[in-house]
Amino acid sequence: MISSLIFILIFFSAFGFFLFRVIKIRRNILLGTDAQLEGTVSQRIFTMLCVAFGQSKMTARPVAFFLHLFVYTAFLFTQIELLEIIIDGVSGGHRTIWHWIENSAIAITYTILINAIELLSILAFFATIAFISRRNIIRLARFQKPEMKGWPSLDANLILSGELFLILSIMLMNSADVALQHMGQSQSTGKFLISNLIAPVWQNTDSATLHILERVGWWGHLIGILGFMVYLPFSKHFHILLAFPNTFFTNQKSKGKFTNLAAVTSEVKLMLDPTLPPPDANAPLPKFGAKDVQHLTWKNLMDAYTCTECGRCTSVCPANLTGKKLSPRKIMMDTRDRLEEVGKNIDKHGKDYLDNKSLLDRISEEELWACTSCNACVQACPVNINPLEIILELRRDLVMEQSKAPSSLNAMFSNIENNAAPWQFSPMDRANWTQEMN
Amino acid sequence: MTQKNNSSTPIRIPTCAELATEGKTPDVLFWVGCAGSFDDRAKKVTKSFARILHHADINFAILGTEESCTGDPAKRAGNEFLFQMMALQNIQLLNAYHIKKIVTACPHCFNTLKNEYPELGGQYEVIHHSQFLLELIETGKIKVNGNSFRGKKITYHDPCYLGRANDVYEAPRDLIEKLDLEITEMKRSREKGFCCGAGGAQMFKEAEPGNKEVNIERAEEAMALSPDIIAVGCPFCNTMLTDGIKINEKQDKITVLDLAEMIAQANNL
Repeated sequence: MISSLIFILIFFSAFGFFLFRVIKIRRNILLGTDAQLEGTVSQRIFTMLCVAFGQSKMTARPVAFFLHLFVYTAFLFTQIELLEIIIDGVSGGHRTIWHWIENSAIAITYTILINAIELLSILAFFATIAFISRRNIIRLARFQKPEMKGWPSLDANLILSGELFLILSIMLMNSADVALQHMGQSQSTGKFLISNLIAPVWQNTDSATLHILERVGWWGHLIGILGFMVYLPFSKHFHILLAFPNTFFTNQKSKGKFTNLAAVTSEVKLMLDPTLPPPDANAPLPKFGAKDVQHLTWKNLMDAYTCTECGRCTSVCPANLTGKKLSPRKIMMDTRDRLEEVGKNIDKHGKDYLDNKSLLDRISEEELWACTSCNACVQACPVNINPLEIILELRRDLVMEQSKAPSSLNAMFSNIENNAAPWQFSPMDRANWTQEMN
Repeated sequence: MTQKNNSSTPIRIPTCAELATEGKTPDVLFWVGCAGSFDDRAKKVTKSFARILHHADINFAILGTEESCTGDPAKRAGNEFLFQMMALQNIQLLNAYHIKKIVTACPHCFNTLKNEYPELGGQYEVIHHSQFLLELIETGKIKVNGNSFRGKKITYHDPCYLGRANDVYEAPRDLIEKLDLEITEMKRSREKGFCCGAGGAQMFKEAEPGNKEVNIERAEEAMALSPDIIAVGCPFCNTMLTDGIKINEKQDKITVLDLAEMIAQANNL
């Protein structure tokens, strides 16, 4: 009875914390502007099923794909066991689902499921060890970039340690239970292959200790999961949830297509045809490009919260690979960190508070001008994040609001304006090649 | 018809303005682009492609001196005003000439015309010259002689604005295979293609500080395969890779060729 109450208290406070934070993130994302997203609902569902659920873009790196697949499927399957943990926790029972079905024809599915979870957990265990080694021992280049120093690396290691803790607790719980079953102290639930292999470890342990160990595993797993849930929306690991909506809302356009600013169209049309009616003098001045996160679209902001800092974008970026400062991952991290800052300001000082800072304080011009707009980062992202859109919006602010383009680009602009070509050639010479057709 | 291959007969390239005075419109507009009009290396590609169009008896025309920059570099650099100035003027002109179909040898013009002009009122069927050339071969309008490149080792560099930006990966490759050549692929090809370093208006500025130029990195990747030919489908990639090869003093061994030049060569054009 008391343990049920404790369970309910812990469970609902953790869930409440999680929900509170998710609502805050949703509010922050909705600080963004409207997004013009192309595509039909069926295209969106298809993309989500392939990219998020089916992990299709992970296959580009086979080793990481399999390692990640183990953790991902173990996580998915463990949710079923979590359901039983919740039922047990509330009712104070033990393996309630098993007891519901043990005498029916589907009893075997329970045994199969738990075995699947155990097998995947073991695979996930080794995958997690591999992940930890890649970051800390092998020190893969993409995890050692400057933007990964400090919190981002600690965040990653905390999550990986949390995963190990979760797996160890579930194996402790199951193996202690199996050892008790061998002693006839716990009801048989069919054979758990992996726990059966571990159970002999407990052969010299008395049943009282085993009962305690089983409970330690159970509570450890529960607290681990709830702790994970509370931690999730504060960490880069939030991708496990946002990957789904983020791929669903992928803009189904050609990657080369950049938005045409409607505010610019009306002004340019007026310049080309002065007979058009002038714009409303009282209308607020349109903002061109983005200086801060509120000027980006909500999809750009969702991208930022979805990023799990894997660095595949940066590892294929031609600018980054040739030693330039630009790192697409840093663009996403800066966007998220600035959005968090803006969100905290709103919490503290109300929604109209200005702190006189902007996203451009975090992202330098040197980074922005190094981009070749080649879309390699967009292609590489396993959850369809688009750093290029943010880079372009920031460039638009630099050029159209602040006239801060590099001088060579200003020269190119004036060539286009005056000669209709980016170089200084006379437009009258454009067809000279036709005279050389022999 | 037999006289066409005779180089002593100059080929006349009609402009839309000329055709309009006769009340005619071309079936296809050849959008030459700024590089194709002014850059010496790219002009060779332009001329090769024009020769093929002429040879295949295509009813085509150019805009000539009326053509302007599509606005692509301005847009990628963040100057949306200048982009739309160019775009709206070009669209006005193209619509006045009742243009329905455009072919271009520049993936940047291709991308801009195809993806960004429709919303501004310019709706055309836009194709890259690799797609057009492949169609000409497949419909028998031109023939290719596989002997021209016999025994040559070739690799193909995907332009970002043709490949990733618009998912055109196969047409250039199919075209090369029509020449009885087998492509030796670079590790970074198709979706994983590595930029030449010119896109996003980089062509018109100095690179930011780093430890290498992007075009050198890409040229080295191609050179590692020891090809005789690096095939390209973009005037900017062409410049960047040619420079990268020259810096490594490999220009005597490796030639950077545009797809149109290869098809023209295979037709003795």
